[in-house]
Amino acid sequence: MDLELRRDPERLLEQIEEEERRKKRGRLKIFLGYASGVGKSVKMLAEGLRRRERGEDVVVGACQPKSSPEIDRLVAQHEVIPTLKIGNRDVIDIERILRRHPQVGVIDGLAYTNPPGSRHSERWQEIEELLNAGISVITSINLHYIRELQDEVAAITGKRPAETVPLDFLKNADDIEVVDAPARENLSRLREMALLVAAEVVESELRAYLRAHRIEEIWGTQERILVGITPRSDARPILESGRRNADRFHGELFVAYVRQADLSPADEAALEENLAIARDLNATIKVLDGQRDPARALIAFAREAGITQIFIGHSMRKGLWHRLRGNPVERLIQLAEGIDVRVFPQRTTA
Amino acid sequence: MKQLQTARRGRLKVFLSYAAGAGKTYRMLEEAQELKKHGADIVIGYFEPHGRKDTIEKTEDLEIIPRRRIEYRGCAFDEMDTDAILRRAPQICAVDEFPHTNVPGAERAKRWEDVMVLLDAGIDVMTTMNLQHLESLNDQIWQISGIRVRETVPDWVVKQADEVVMVDVTPEALINRLRRGVVYSPDKAERALENFFKEQTLTALRELALRQAAHEVDLQLKDERPADRILIHITGEPTAAMLLRRGRRVADYLRAECFAVYVSPHGDLSDLSASTRAPVEKHLNFARSLHIETRVLQGQNAAVTLVDFAHRYGITQIFLTRSASRHFNFLPGRSLISQVLRLAQDVQIAVVAERRNPTRP
Repeated sequence: MDLELRRDPERLLEQIEEEERRKKRGRLKIFLGYASGVGKSVKMLAEGLRRRERGEDVVVGACQPKSSPEIDRLVAQHEVIPTLKIGNRDVIDIERILRRHPQVGVIDGLAYTNPPGSRHSERWQEIEELLNAGISVITSINLHYIRELQDEVAAITGKRPAETVPLDFLKNADDIEVVDAPARENLSRLREMALLVAAEVVESELRAYLRAHRIEEIWGTQERILVGITPRSDARPILESGRRNADRFHGELFVAYVRQADLSPADEAALEENLAIARDLNATIKVLDGQRDPARALIAFAREAGITQIFIGHSMRKGLWHRLRGNPVERLIQLAEGIDVRVFPQRTTA
Repeated sequence: MKQLQTARRGRLKVFLSYAAGAGKTYRMLEEAQELKKHGADIVIGYFEPHGRKDTIEKTEDLEIIPRRRIEYRGCAFDEMDTDAILRRAPQICAVDEFPHTNVPGAERAKRWEDVMVLLDAGIDVMTTMNLQHLESLNDQIWQISGIRVRETVPDWVVKQADEVVMVDVTPEALINRLRRGVVYSPDKAERALENFFKEQTLTALRELALRQAAHEVDLQLKDERPADRILIHITGEPTAAMLLRRGRRVADYLRAECFAVYVSPHGDLSDLSASTRAPVEKHLNFARSLHIETRVLQGQNAAVTLVDFAHRYGITQIFLTRSASRHFNFLPGRSLISQVLRLAQDVQIAVVAERRNPTRP
């Protein structure tokens, strides 16, 4: 313990504070579905009942206006705190819930927008208040309400709801659960997106866990591709392939360059061009120090970022020195324990 | 009319999750009940109760085809009675535990092979499986969980599914179920909590399962011509199996064609000593079981032969491992990788890392 404190006191403190905060705050669980009618509300209400059976104090703060007999049956078994009417619209009675202070509140319709004159303009803000007051919340959301995904969803469905919830709100949830069901052809893409959003949330949980426990292995649950570029490399085909591969694997693309001193103006220009391509391809770009041993610098970054595949160009340099010492590409392969390395052809003109 | 019916292949639906107790069987039976209510002719072909009360309740009113008893080494085993299901010829059949290995003496080695027979007979099948049984993920699962899963299903089998539905549950809920004794008996639950059911293991598997389900949806959406051609170098070393799995997986994601080649000085395996030959044959068979086209090529130098094949067959990526050349590491430039790198400057070369499982506390 002492050793850990000395080594990284700030990180440890952060961790303790984070834990304290989490302990006081309620837990948020979100059921995510790709369309209405996949069964989010049923799962949510059923989970509320199960928790009550196990002795937790559960109330329902909001349900969907349109419901099915199955949902009505589930709601009837719950304690319900009725919503308030503002104009002709329903708003959860947050003050009454806070006074009642249950352990768990079931609040359907995470993306709901409140009418003017409400305490919060959005329901997710109300949920935030309940969580801060130490009340756990179970809620549900349909994919098309996630702000960052709206363009993509609208391109498929032709519909764009006015209500939105930021993706970060989902990412910060303690638990997310996908409610999956087979989709009609045109909704398959939405289904895929919902599964990937959930995978992303789970990935950030996993990384937080591995970081907190100082586990430095690469588990490769998500493919992360790192393209290593040099000023003179013919980087475009490698970068484009990196993008295509990252997309196919639903992974992430990184591009790294190990800084070199005294670049000629021509090299500067070539490097700038390569970095511009990387930016266009929406890669995360990292400039690294470590000119004396670029391969080692690249590998160190790869480990830190959880890279699963490194893409590099063939080394064009030949000669006795490289034959004796192994060329940079081979050196990288040797160091890349646990990471795949893909070596790309280079145009001989380079 | 009868002919038309037999000509149609049954539809396959897989309920996918990542651990026992996630609720796959429950979900499958729930759907079976629903289908029956709507008039479908549905039977249960195999059901594993595991003593779980709420799951057993879901079989009520469903027709169950009795299992077939097979004696093996003085013990009795119950397997799915595929012939009886074929005779009964239902419209839909629910089959639990898709990756199950049948006891020796059963007609087919694997339950998924039985399911293929039902599908061929035009019967729709719904089944359950956990992600960790997928062949191409075997090394990664081992790396994450420390467990070598023995019962695997080749990826191409799962790819045949018309629908893959993710049965999602949080690791926390799973661990709770396990603690409450819903999933296993107390002693088995205790062991499971110490091994497989660790939160970080479950979280990683869950992420893989979600991504796999998304990938299956993706596959149904796109049907592009393969642009990449992958060549995997087979050796007799144990890492060859890992290389084949990884190569197959990358090929599936890139929708690439996939070849595997063993280079022998004589062009066939007959001249090899029995101890050299056995692992090579094993790996060639393994490649075929993954639907990878295999070749044995004649050549004195593996690098030259591989690169020559790559050029002739329009290969875009050559897959190698490092360990095959470990002995030459003291002489840079001499290893297989160095040689291939020198010879094939117009082809991508993928050097696949060995997956390890450092035993963690």
